[in-house]
Amino acid sequence: MGAHARGPGALRLVWVYPDLLSTYGDRGNLLVLERRARLRGIGVEAIQVNSDQPVPRQGDIYLLGGGEDLPQVLAARRLGTDGGLAAAAAQGSVVFAVCAGYQLVGAEFGGDQGQPVGGLEILDIRSGRGDRRGVGEILADVDPALGLPRLSGFENHQGVTRIGPGARPLARVLTGVGNGDGTEGAYAGRVLGTYLHGPALVRNPALADLLLGWAVGALPPLDAEYEAWTTQFREQRLAAVPVG
Amino acid sequence: MGKLPMRARVATTLGGAAGRMSRLAGRGDGSVIGGVIGLRVEPGLLSLLAADREIVLVTGTNGKTTTTRLITAALSATGQQVASNAFGANMEAGLAAALGQAPEAPYAVLETDEKYVPAVLRATDARVVTLLNLSRDQMDRAAEIWLVARRWREAFEAAPDCRVVANADDPLIAWAASGAHQVTWVAAGQRWHEDSWCCPRCGSHLRRDDLGWRCGECGFSRPAARWALDGSSVIDPAGQVTELALALPGRANRSNAVMALAVAEVFGVSPAAALQKMRSVTSVAGRYTQVERNGRQVRLLLAKNPAGWLEAFDVLEPAPVPVLLSVNAQIPDGRDTSWLWDVDYRVVQDRPVLVSGERGLDLAVRLEADGVAFEMVDGIDDAVSRVRPGGTLDVIANYTAFQQIRTAVGRAA
Repeated sequence: MGAHARGPGALRLVWVYPDLLSTYGDRGNLLVLERRARLRGIGVEAIQVNSDQPVPRQGDIYLLGGGEDLPQVLAARRLGTDGGLAAAAAQGSVVFAVCAGYQLVGAEFGGDQGQPVGGLEILDIRSGRGDRRGVGEILADVDPALGLPRLSGFENHQGVTRIGPGARPLARVLTGVGNGDGTEGAYAGRVLGTYLHGPALVRNPALADLLLGWAVGALPPLDAEYEAWTTQFREQRLAAVPVG
Repeated sequence: MGKLPMRARVATTLGGAAGRMSRLAGRGDGSVIGGVIGLRVEPGLLSLLAADREIVLVTGTNGKTTTTRLITAALSATGQQVASNAFGANMEAGLAAALGQAPEAPYAVLETDEKYVPAVLRATDARVVTLLNLSRDQMDRAAEIWLVARRWREAFEAAPDCRVVANADDPLIAWAASGAHQVTWVAAGQRWHEDSWCCPRCGSHLRRDDLGWRCGECGFSRPAARWALDGSSVIDPAGQVTELALALPGRANRSNAVMALAVAEVFGVSPAAALQKMRSVTSVAGRYTQVERNGRQVRLLLAKNPAGWLEAFDVLEPAPVPVLLSVNAQIPDGRDTSWLWDVDYRVVQDRPVLVSGERGLDLAVRLEADGVAFEMVDGIDDAVSRVRPGGTLDVIANYTAFQQIRTAVGRAA
């Protein structure tokens, strides 16, 4: 889809329910997408939609963050009733969902008492509660079909996720827990989810560019001066976390 | 307090000796190790040490150490001795050590880690629990804050003799405290709203206006307060307005002070008497200290989480006084630096910004995204050397980064 397909005006980044789904630094993903778009001369309209507001259907990229158990259940219920996110995804908008957000775009997830709760069914995954919490640095090698370098992040969740035939694992875990079966995250079409929580795109600028590219078409690389701190930071994190 | 069973008495004596050894050996301030040894000998030590005393617990995400210090000062107006874990050792061992070191004190003011509150309340039969605020903090090892609030609520329901002094402006605190049998509500303010957009009772979106907060769905709303912080003054239950005039800077400390006044009231200490003592508190465990370093003044501020950074910005000298930001991610800091993205750093873009710390690169990327120009420096002395002689440097650091800087500029700080 080229830039023409998003209609007149700026790239619309929609941060969904930061009042319910923003536990720890989720704003980082919005800021990184915004910066990397603007540095390429793409105008950005960043929209924050709280849970008492309707989700606009004309966004280009939708962001969902992490959340505690009860807010996650509430967010799934409201998004289901609202219908805006599912409609946008069906029209081909990009959805990037993190942690609790990742689980709730699937068919099912574990609620606050571990009970199964229905999700939005825009990604073919099913999640439940694992026996113990996965907390720590995570490294994972991305599906070669996506052509991205190694993922680096921090995870903090108790979820276990099974990927159905309608989606593919995003990556294979080298260090950490991820989906719980050696894979990490999932994607299908332009919907992509991950357990790398909080500001996952900060450490993984290539993943940020993949999402931007899905929304606006091929992107020129950024000048090295704009990548210098990000590159140093990413290299430090990769060097600090042992593989395996 | 002369009636501790022998085993407990042996345990306190051993613990006290270990604390002195630890201080002499230069390993910390000795405030925890004595308690650890004591608890190994007598697991019920905390209960025994707390018996027949008036115990005040102080908890919340931010301001525990300072508020503990302010309440201790206020209660000293009674003329009685007050035991306290003044150095922030806030788990069971630190509490036991503080009580063991002051066996005759009829009062004890104990900073208590959030997740230990139910157990410590049971063990000490505390007369007062002070609830300051709850917000995201070190989530790689702490429980989700809603869960913390629920456990507090259950603990208060089971403690009919306990009075909770609670910040009515923090919805999660108000929900936890409304489970208590006796509550003193304090309008102590809340600057950080990012963890309380939703009703803690029913989960719906909370509405806020000048009068406070209210849930549009279930009607849960900010309770009417007995005490209030109003700018730089306190409004007491008699409606009297008094200038706080603290030596400690910032809105957060004025808020802590009003909480302390409400606690002092429970023990019959008047606001005037309490304030007189509280005004003499100038620095708390090295925080807010100003020290001279190579001909420059260095001001040290501790900020451990997004809400804490917001309050620290409030205390900065006006621009163009430079600020050093220093961040680590050791276990006491939390291993996860994601919280940096919850802080809005644009407020410091009007001044020179220096960056250091083991996770300085995390901070660099964060500042770049906010469009804040900065320079990377190699520690406190490099930072100081970039300030003009005679000038001032503000320092905001998280926990272990703060301790490293404090050690570098001398324990005297």
